[in-house]
Amino acid sequence: MADRVAWLAGWMLLALVMVPVALMVTALWQQSADVLSVGFLLEDPGRAGRSGGIAALLISTGWILALCLLVAVPVGLGCALYLSESLPADSRRAQWLGGVLDMLAAVPSIVYGLFGYQFFAITLGLGFSILSGALALSLMVLPLMIRSAEQAMRAVPMGYRQARDALALSRWGWVRRILLPCAAPGIAVGIILSAGRALAETAVLLFTAGYVLRRPDSLFDSGRTLSVHIYDLAMNVPGGMPRAAATAVVLVALLVALNLLVRRVLRQPMTEALV
Amino acid sequence: MQFGLRWLGGAVIVLFLVGCGESGSTLTVTGSSTIAPLMAELAERYETETGIQVDVQSGGSGRGMGDVRQGLADLGMVSRALKADEQDLDGHLIGRDGIAIIVHRDNPVRALNDDQIRAIYTGKMQRWDAGSTEGRPITVVHKAQGRSTQELFLAYFQLENSQVQPDRVIGENQQGIKAVAGDPFAIGYVSIGTAIYEADNGTAIRLLPLEGKPASLAVLAQGGYPLARELNLVTHGEMSQPVADFLAFVTRTDMADVYHDYYFLPAAE
Amino acid sequence: MITTSSLPLSDRLLTLVLRLCGVLAALVLGGIVVVLLVQALPFLINEGAGIWQSTWQPGQGEYGMAPMIAGSLFVSVLALLLAAPVAVLLAAWLRYFAPRLRRPVLAGVELMAGIPSVVYGLWGMLVLVPWINQWVPPGASWLAGSLVLGLMIVPLALLVTDAALGQLPLRYQRAGEALALSRVGMLRRVLLPRAAPGIVGGVVLQFGRALGETMAVLMVCGNVVQWPDSVFAPVRTLTANIALEMAYATDDHRVALFASGLLLIAVTGLLLMASWRLRGVSHG
Repeated sequence: MADRVAWLAGWMLLALVMVPVALMVTALWQQSADVLSVGFLLEDPGRAGRSGGIAALLISTGWILALCLLVAVPVGLGCALYLSESLPADSRRAQWLGGVLDMLAAVPSIVYGLFGYQFFAITLGLGFSILSGALALSLMVLPLMIRSAEQAMRAVPMGYRQARDALALSRWGWVRRILLPCAAPGIAVGIILSAGRALAETAVLLFTAGYVLRRPDSLFDSGRTLSVHIYDLAMNVPGGMPRAAATAVVLVALLVALNLLVRRVLRQPMTEALV
Repeated sequence: MQFGLRWLGGAVIVLFLVGCGESGSTLTVTGSSTIAPLMAELAERYETETGIQVDVQSGGSGRGMGDVRQGLADLGMVSRALKADEQDLDGHLIGRDGIAIIVHRDNPVRALNDDQIRAIYTGKMQRWDAGSTEGRPITVVHKAQGRSTQELFLAYFQLENSQVQPDRVIGENQQGIKAVAGDPFAIGYVSIGTAIYEADNGTAIRLLPLEGKPASLAVLAQGGYPLARELNLVTHGEMSQPVADFLAFVTRTDMADVYHDYYFLPAAE
Repeated sequence: MITTSSLPLSDRLLTLVLRLCGVLAALVLGGIVVVLLVQALPFLINEGAGIWQSTWQPGQGEYGMAPMIAGSLFVSVLALLLAAPVAVLLAAWLRYFAPRLRRPVLAGVELMAGIPSVVYGLWGMLVLVPWINQWVPPGASWLAGSLVLGLMIVPLALLVTDAALGQLPLRYQRAGEALALSRVGMLRRVLLPRAAPGIVGGVVLQFGRALGETMAVLMVCGNVVQWPDSVFAPVRTLTANIALEMAYATDDHRVALFASGLLLIAVTGLLLMASWRLRGVSHG
């Protein structure tokens, strides 16, 4: 009896969570049906985003994402190596740094936006630009990147470390030839998760990368990302809704693709990596 | 891994090369979110015609003026007339707009006088009193601080912001329109241009007349609409040639169709 | 540990670079706090007491943030109260009652976790708010914000709970079976209590995410600065306030927003310490 009630309750809970999301995705799909086509991906936006496609935005988004990872991945890997290789896990310094990272991960994204605006755009004089946006974003994803890479490195079997010591392998050799290759799948997951987080972000970029719709010529140009485009079209441009929905469909599709990539790399759901 | 490192190094070099090719001849226009979509479209045309790039950043009128003063922007978009203490800036009229009071399309109310609107926004009148909406609580939609739409609305109705008792505070025009279209008992105020555009395209809103004057472009053009406003571009100090060229371009008569497309009146009309 | 001086040059270089990376990460946090503080300090000294007042009228020099601090907390707490039971029960159900559904559902839930917050917000504004409005106007409210946020944090809370349950030794389950406990009884008496620390710690982290969420909340909460008198009343959160006014703010108003950024960091910090305590982690 109790089991049957549990069975029923479980299905109801599942519906409670899944139905709104299913409705949401269907609504997006319907709203964007007239707009969405291959041309939408290949054309530049026109008339403040009300006509044309999103090619220029894909380019801006790509630049911001690439640059963000270019900063976050090396620094993240370095910091993860420092945590997993140079510091014993229970040392005071490791715990302190871990605390800082947890704190950074918990800081609201809009605060990264405020900081990026003040520091990168104004103090460093980068203005509203791809560079400002990418740097602010890279700080935001840094803790996620470090934590996933660190986890992957700590998971390298103890036996390898013992073998390293027995063979008196140099640190650099160990890191380059054994540790990084062994931890590569986990690191890849970290990179992909960071990319997903960066792609979905809006608040940070409103104040740093700005609103410009054109294809950027340089990193000092302002450029609009997909998520900012959705926000601006839906909130500020008369008649922008169909293209806002279509852009949202593209963005969700990109994020789903990233998720599938994680599965391929891990050959399992990314549950553990997320937690 | 070897390959990965080499790839990464290559990417760094490419990015630096690209980064160094900074183009110097870009104009920056910031300010009013009401004007921003219009300006973005004008900028697009200017680029196609002259090849000179114009960056349009959305914010508010206040931000536009601040950026121009600090030299962060070449031109500021200000969706109202300049005040007495803002005369350090030069205003250039590019068009006209107004602020329309809007309700849901299904609301039977056809007109409200100024006192009624004042009573609604100050919370003295809390329920609709006519037809099918009778007795239902009014949802008062108000704009957030810093928008000139809000300043003009308050000035016209002689209200202080602290007197207003809103049920919903919104940022941009479209959010206001979506708020009213999604709530049969809501009242709000947005740019006339935006409101007419949406009403004409089937969004469930209705524009109410103000002091008996319908909120339409025709009335606005005759100068008869009470809550009209200027759309200005502002500059600080001596104007450079590229800025003057762009100003001349956006006020050209053959650009009128862009203004009309957003249901704004170009300055010449 | 091997002493640094006995190492070859490449290794010493590596150690140095790694240490620099660690310092850099710590500098980021310090940098954020310092930059915000430099901006906000004169304001905090002159008007610092004012931010604990209830009136937010930047036009008249009143910068009371108390209702917005409360708004942030209220919206997040309710979101958590709605989402956490759903997530925990669902995770337990998937693991012990419907194991065949577990993989596909977790996969779907992972995709949910990836949907950008603007999209959730847009849906909330166009569908959820008008729907609540039909029952209790105005619709845009504390409840709407909590429902949207709840939906956003269910996926990660579910994944955290699933992982915590997965770490329980199998022998608990075997022992329960041997004692012929019902599955519901076993869950209630043995499994959930055992996994509780992990679940609670993970769920508290989701609270932090809810607190930091900006765009979705901005679109559905109504943004009226007030102490809400019911869940159907509109509220404004600290994050929504920054997003709503930053681009429009000048002078003291702008500085006040930087101060609210600092306030957000402080609140998050307190929460984090609470979560460390709950999970029994110590940090120096």
